[in-house]
Amino acid sequence: MIKKKKQIFVLLMFASVLLYQDGVKAMHIMEGFLPVKWALFWLVATLPFFILGLRRLNAIFKDEPEKKLLVALAGAFVFLLSALKLPSVTGSCSHPTGTGLGAILFGPSVMSVLGVIVLLFQALLLAHGGLTTIGANAFSMAVAGPFITYGLFLLLRKFKVNLYLSVFIATATGNLATYVITSLQLGFAFPDPLSGIIGSSLKFMAIFALTQIPIAMGEGLLSALIFNKIKDNEKEGILYEEIY
Amino acid sequence: MKKSTKIFILLLLVALVVVPLKLLPDAEFSGADGEAEGVIQQIAPSYEPWFEPLIEPASGEIESFLFALQAAIGASVIAYYLGYRKASKKNA
Repeated sequence: MIKKKKQIFVLLMFASVLLYQDGVKAMHIMEGFLPVKWALFWLVATLPFFILGLRRLNAIFKDEPEKKLLVALAGAFVFLLSALKLPSVTGSCSHPTGTGLGAILFGPSVMSVLGVIVLLFQALLLAHGGLTTIGANAFSMAVAGPFITYGLFLLLRKFKVNLYLSVFIATATGNLATYVITSLQLGFAFPDPLSGIIGSSLKFMAIFALTQIPIAMGEGLLSALIFNKIKDNEKEGILYEEIY
Repeated sequence: MKKSTKIFILLLLVALVVVPLKLLPDAEFSGADGEAEGVIQQIAPSYEPWFEPLIEPASGEIESFLFALQAAIGASVIAYYLGYRKASKKNA
């Protein structure tokens, strides 16, 4: 067992070195592009969610080992989706994040951990995002996105909205929220000399968020499809907190 | 979910990718974050990035190779899950 775990670990490390990457051009805040105080601010803001996620992952592995495969699936979904840079109606490209599906399955904090791992490897090995901006990027993609997805999903289910429609709306909105937060983060760090933080944020939103709208819809559709498969496959009660 | 719904969703996904390409034949389709970099330089021309990436992919080809590999690994884990579940249901 230990040997097998070691093998998997080595394989994962090797795979990560090769794989957790992304083009120089996609979506995260670039290395060195946040002033030091903002870099620190977002790092501190992300930390509690990361710790929460670690504890939750530990609890899953210990108490519900049958869910391990599903955790791998949630991670693989992020893996696959963040490799797909898609054209958008604005004439530029961006990629989905895939963190919404896992948030619905396991609760949002788990995705804070999975998201940070992806971001870390991308920053270290592939010059995408950055070490100095990892706090900010994690906050948008691995904290805000999943939490908004999860909260919205619960709300929609409370109002008895169709299950798959809920998944679609929640994951698409969470994806879009990631980019809105990124725009705000840049707006706060680089206020426009004339129009201030708001004007500057709007400029960044025009780039990030607008490009992201159709891509967010794509992520929502894909998440709903996969969720349908998972629901058909899993035993009663295996999904998080019986909210379905 | 009905089969027809699934097929409809798949077609919609294809359309989401194809429509921008057909609609904007002259667009560059460059990355959104590269454009954000331009806006930063415009708002704060004196800002100098204070940290550089430690390693960068050697070329565009290497980069797209890594992309394809990343997508392939993600897809294979997903396919493993689907196959595993299908088989265990059959044998249950």
